[in-house]
Amino acid sequence: MQITLTVNGAAREVDIDPRTTLLDVMRHHLDLTGSKKGCDHGQCGACTMLVNGRRINGCLSLAVMHDGDEITTIEGLGDPGNLSPLQAAFVRNDGYQCGYCTPGQIMSAKGMYDEFNKGWPSHVSDDLTAEPNFSTAEIKERMSGNLCRCSAYPGICKAIEESAEEEGLTTRKAAE
Amino acid sequence: MTEHLKMDQVQPHLLDETGQGVLSVPMPRPEGPLKVTGRAPYAAEYKAEGMATGVMVRAAITKGTYAVDTASVEDMPGYLGVFTDKMVRNAAQGTMGTNPAQMGDKILYLGQPIAVVVAETFEQARDIAAVLKVDYTEDDDAVCDFDGVSDWPDSDKPDQGDLDQAMSDATFTVDSMYTTKPHNSAAMEPHAALAEWDGDKLTLHGSLQMLGYNRDEVADSLGIDAKNVRLLAPYVGGGFGSKLGMSPDCVGAAVAAKALGRPVRVVLSRNNVFEMIVLRTATRQRLRLAADKDGKLLGLGQENWQSNLPDEPMAEPVDLATHFLYGGENRRYGQHVAILNRPASGSVRAPGEAVGMLALENAMDELAEKSGIDPIELRLRNIPEKHPETGVQYSARSLAEALTEGAKAFGWDKRQKAGTRREGEWYIGMGVASAARTNILMESRANVTLNPDGTALVQTDMTDIGTGTYAILGQIAAEMLGLDPQKVTVELGDTDLPKSSGSGGSWGAASAGSSVFLGAKAIRRKLAERLGCDVEALRLQDGVATGGNNRRPLAELMDAPITEEGHIEPGQTDEDFHQAGYGAHFAEVAVNAVTGEVRVRRMLAAMAAGRILNHQTATSQVWGGQIWGIGTALTEAIEHDPRTGHVVNNDLAEYHVPVNLDVGDLEVMFIDERDDASSPIQAKGIGELGLSGAGAAVTNAIYNACGVRVYDYPATPDRIFPHLP
Ligand code: FES
Ligand code: FES
Repeated sequence: MQITLTVNGAAREVDIDPRTTLLDVMRHHLDLTGSKKGCDHGQCGACTMLVNGRRINGCLSLAVMHDGDEITTIEGLGDPGNLSPLQAAFVRNDGYQCGYCTPGQIMSAKGMYDEFNKGWPSHVSDDLTAEPNFSTAEIKERMSGNLCRCSAYPGICKAIEESAEEEGLTTRKAAE
Repeated sequence: MTEHLKMDQVQPHLLDETGQGVLSVPMPRPEGPLKVTGRAPYAAEYKAEGMATGVMVRAAITKGTYAVDTASVEDMPGYLGVFTDKMVRNAAQGTMGTNPAQMGDKILYLGQPIAVVVAETFEQARDIAAVLKVDYTEDDDAVCDFDGVSDWPDSDKPDQGDLDQAMSDATFTVDSMYTTKPHNSAAMEPHAALAEWDGDKLTLHGSLQMLGYNRDEVADSLGIDAKNVRLLAPYVGGGFGSKLGMSPDCVGAAVAAKALGRPVRVVLSRNNVFEMIVLRTATRQRLRLAADKDGKLLGLGQENWQSNLPDEPMAEPVDLATHFLYGGENRRYGQHVAILNRPASGSVRAPGEAVGMLALENAMDELAEKSGIDPIELRLRNIPEKHPETGVQYSARSLAEALTEGAKAFGWDKRQKAGTRREGEWYIGMGVASAARTNILMESRANVTLNPDGTALVQTDMTDIGTGTYAILGQIAAEMLGLDPQKVTVELGDTDLPKSSGSGGSWGAASAGSSVFLGAKAIRRKLAERLGCDVEALRLQDGVATGGNNRRPLAELMDAPITEEGHIEPGQTDEDFHQAGYGAHFAEVAVNAVTGEVRVRRMLAAMAAGRILNHQTATSQVWGGQIWGIGTALTEAIEHDPRTGHVVNNDLAEYHVPVNLDVGDLEVMFIDERDDASSPIQAKGIGELGLSGAGAAVTNAIYNACGVRVYDYPATPDRIFPHLP
């Protein structure tokens, strides 16, 4: 099937088998291997990407469902010589070890900042209607869909906290 | 030239004399920018002209024989072939260097790889594999559960003294049974192989930890000469033991690529990883401690029961640390390995200690409770002077410092009597456990090149599986050669480069690091000659050499690059000293008084592992250990169907590795130490030490919180709730 995706700002036409996931379109057809495959079942978060601004697991969605959609993958954030604030914070804080979950963590955090800005509550929010606190517990809860077997969670949280403002978080920070 | 050192004698602390100051300090990983932008390529992400895709087919029965019915799928779109030739039963064991069992048409466990299906695309191959008809003949004598084992094999471990007598002489005794469930490494990158043939020569991108050994394993499995195999693994998405040995995807890809005359890529599914790759065996452990009135051990015993497939050269060394951690004249060990029709058992991070230290350190906590002695004091009283079984002296061993300094930093003095601290519906408690991990030096080689422009290159087939190899090898070379680490390039993960120790057993940093140290040391000697000074007087800093009365930039001393090979081998210090890393883990947990749910509020690890090569990457390794400790204590358990051995929870939704919210505040401190016996860089392994005992600190904290002793791991709420006060 012929579909058009806007990937990292550029229109990409692909002719694909309808069984192809959004993740596999990136990895196998568009040479964008930054999005990782850890499980192919929506269980690990390694394939997290933004679709029309919202974070999703690319492995759980068929590409043909996204004709005309705007996709941002890790390759759309920064280059090795020109890192985005969040990417630089991951390097600074050792927010990884093997690096395999890392693109997913970073894309997930991007999506999460936006969810804070929109006032979405989470499982650990005390008040579902109040503006959520950008607290460590909120970050941990909202990032718990992204597994890191290297267990770099302390560095991941630190990177996310450190670069929040530069990444456009407008939600107030928790009074520690 | 090769600078060779057999570690027969303690070596001087050269790295404390060099003045660049770039070693030990925290330094972000040089490959970090590639990782955070998704540009670091892992095995499945390479491409080859005309590449086809393979998918593994797993056995759907537990025991018997099979034949694939190729005709059932030949007409499907994209079909290229189904291959069963040379199929290996499971991944190789670490450092095996030979083929894993190749079974022909025989099946010994459910989930065994039996074929690889190859098609033009992944989608096609996946669907063909799903409908491929396989004819099975089932045997009815499979044994899949400990309870079905009629004859446990005897143990051949010798007794020391008489433990039974010690138990009856003792003032305080502990005699407890512990059980642990099987564990999966669950590295985030599934194993993958891209195989490409050029005539007789095979090039394979793999997800592997120990390329030198893996090359022999691939060659032996295929029946070809290892000289014709080149393996590449510059980036590996985690290993934790699961990639020590060559995995079945390597053979599947190579066989199919050869038959089809085109490159083939095979990526294991997550389910495949849970079945075809080695798991940590389940264990039953009987722990016995006999102590006098002061809590001094008169004897101890640790016997274990575990399982594997036939002919696997690996048993979980459950009692590894128990042999040397605490004193006591009378000692008994026992190891009973049953043959079960379940996936193969093998190394998962910290084989031995990861489960053995749970039981030992829980038993020590029981002894502390019975004797009324503080758990830290009890451990301090039982630190032996010499190895209690061999009489050999210890090398650097900062166990006491780790326990006492860790206790101070953690606020151990605020710990209360078990079951007495409550906050709302939560019981709060603290626990401690010792950490110990045998230190090993392995033969390793690396080339170090210094260029006249003040840049350097390090080359070895060593891997970086997240462990920080790129960072620390660059730092060692930079420190030795007086360079900014940014000027050092490190090339890894290619069997065309000098053969290293590989990543495993926590030996990689010290072994590969020593080879780089030696190569750089040889370069220093050359530079000293050219400068006209003794090598002892040579100072290299920021690209300038100083010595005697001379001071010259490197460019003036060199008109061509200098390359030296460093080659380290273990030697006599291995016999003369017992070497291990030591430490102490502390945990504070909250146990819900209504549900039995456990939350780890905070943990502290005080670690002593010789020279720390990079405080940042070492800290990350210990974080990893602490969090794996949380997993082993609270959530991780493979459930085998007792009738079929099937890994019921063979994915990441049902096998629960810790997630971000499971982890409280983590603190890591290092005890400053040099281990002279370990290596010329005085460093020891840290990655597995961080896990050793970590889970026991959590379960000991559970006891202190609510008075419930965990004997069956993991401590899920159902194991705590019924026993709550
Ligand atoms: S690969 Fe998509 S969630 Fe794991
Ligand atoms: S960095 Fe290895 S899994 Fe997260």
